[in-house]
Amino acid sequence: MTVASRPMIEVSGVSKFFGSFQALNDISFNVSDGEKVVIIGPSGSGKSTILRSINCLETINSGRICVGGMDVSNPKTDICKVREEVGMVFQSFNLFPHKTVLENLTLAQTVVRKRNKNDAEDIAMELLRKVNIAEKASAYPAKLSGGQQQRVAIARSLAMNPKAILFDEPTSALDPEMIGEVLDVMKTLAQEGMTMVVVTHEMGFAREVSDRVIFMDHGRIVEEGTPEHFFTAPTHERAKLFLSQIL
Amino acid sequence: MLDNQPIHTPIDVGDGAAIPHKSDVGLFTAWRIAFFGSIVLCLFLAFGRPDQYMAIFMFVPDGILITFKVTVGAILLAIVFGLIAGLGRISSNRFINGTASLYVEVIRGIPLLVQLFYIYYALGRFVKIPDILSAIIAMAFCYGAYMAEIFRAGIQSIPKGQMEAALSLGMSRSQAMRQVILPQAFKVVLPPIGNEFIALLKDSSLVSILAVADLLRRGREYASESFNYFETYTVIALIYLIMTLFFSKLISIMEERLNDGR
Repeated sequence: MTVASRPMIEVSGVSKFFGSFQALNDISFNVSDGEKVVIIGPSGSGKSTILRSINCLETINSGRICVGGMDVSNPKTDICKVREEVGMVFQSFNLFPHKTVLENLTLAQTVVRKRNKNDAEDIAMELLRKVNIAEKASAYPAKLSGGQQQRVAIARSLAMNPKAILFDEPTSALDPEMIGEVLDVMKTLAQEGMTMVVVTHEMGFAREVSDRVIFMDHGRIVEEGTPEHFFTAPTHERAKLFLSQIL
Repeated sequence: MLDNQPIHTPIDVGDGAAIPHKSDVGLFTAWRIAFFGSIVLCLFLAFGRPDQYMAIFMFVPDGILITFKVTVGAILLAIVFGLIAGLGRISSNRFINGTASLYVEVIRGIPLLVQLFYIYYALGRFVKIPDILSAIIAMAFCYGAYMAEIFRAGIQSIPKGQMEAALSLGMSRSQAMRQVILPQAFKVVLPPIGNEFIALLKDSSLVSILAVADLLRRGREYASESFNYFETYTVIALIYLIMTLFFSKLISIMEERLNDGR
């Protein structure tokens, strides 16, 4: 089997415990190149945990996760190489407060990708224009609104030219009027064919953008299907209940 | 929208002279009364009672320089020891963590004066180095243990998301530590390190027992020749007070600058 024919992200039989609490229970799914997968579910269902396991911010207890043909769960794999290829956007933005917006975008480019400063800055400015925040390039993150910070965070992860981006509740910490500007950026990325795995409570986004919806509860995948199927005719009771509460 | 920023929890470690706080305003703050009061008192003693005091003021200044050298040398070296041990304390490697913790526990459990004697004579047994250098190493070795706890607390006060963001950009742990965590932690640890500096300045008087001619030692030398014990130690105390008050003010100004600087 060649690498190209394999899914970008392969999750098979993954379980994870926090002490005696089982956060993930035999999770399996694939994400192919260019696919947009949205993971939804009540809090504590394990959706963030599985996302964080994909780039090894959490270690799994059993099962296998492969990203771009690299086995994340194998301790011999150079995990930095995996993370170079998979961007991550956090709920709390996590911009580096001691660096300007521009430096936030150039840091990993120069340190990890070994680009020279000028190239890195050119790439950074181009991406800042793309997320409509070029005018704040020399500002420190503390001077930015939440929505602006999250757009910078997305640009920062794009600066590494990732093959896929993981979004961990990217709009949950935002004021309602700022959610739209972040979702717009994510929609643009989706249209450009970026592979995306998104944990979110934004059902509108899930419905409009995703190719597939995964519904999780108590560390298991309860339901999986097209957004069409999931939002109109969910088969599982738990999914029906969740949708009736959230929609 | 400052409320989304990670909030650095202020850490409170160490003792030493109270660093004046920004809210301490007004003409007659305790700092001003003490600082200018002791300067005026020194001038009064030197010029108002020159026959008793002038000679003391002429005799002890070499000691001030030595005290200053010991303090600055020891704090710089202690920062190095502290940073290494502090990083060791948060390491997941059991051996490194154990060694660093052992260093901190052992050092903190032995009085500084005893350690000074011990390290000074232990060093003297194996290597031939100047007295002042072994005094500096001894002080730094001790203060490094306290400094380690400051660095550990400072690093741990940086939100976890910072490390995660750096890692998820493909940085290694050490790259993330150098580029992202430590620059932020340094800002958090500066106030307690300033406190340690002041405490060290005072504790440096202990090296006077190690044949190092610091301020206190010079005072003792003068007093034992002239038998003017009371006058001599009055001057010595005043000079220490002026130095600590001066540096505590300097540190508080530096802190303010650093906080405005972004």
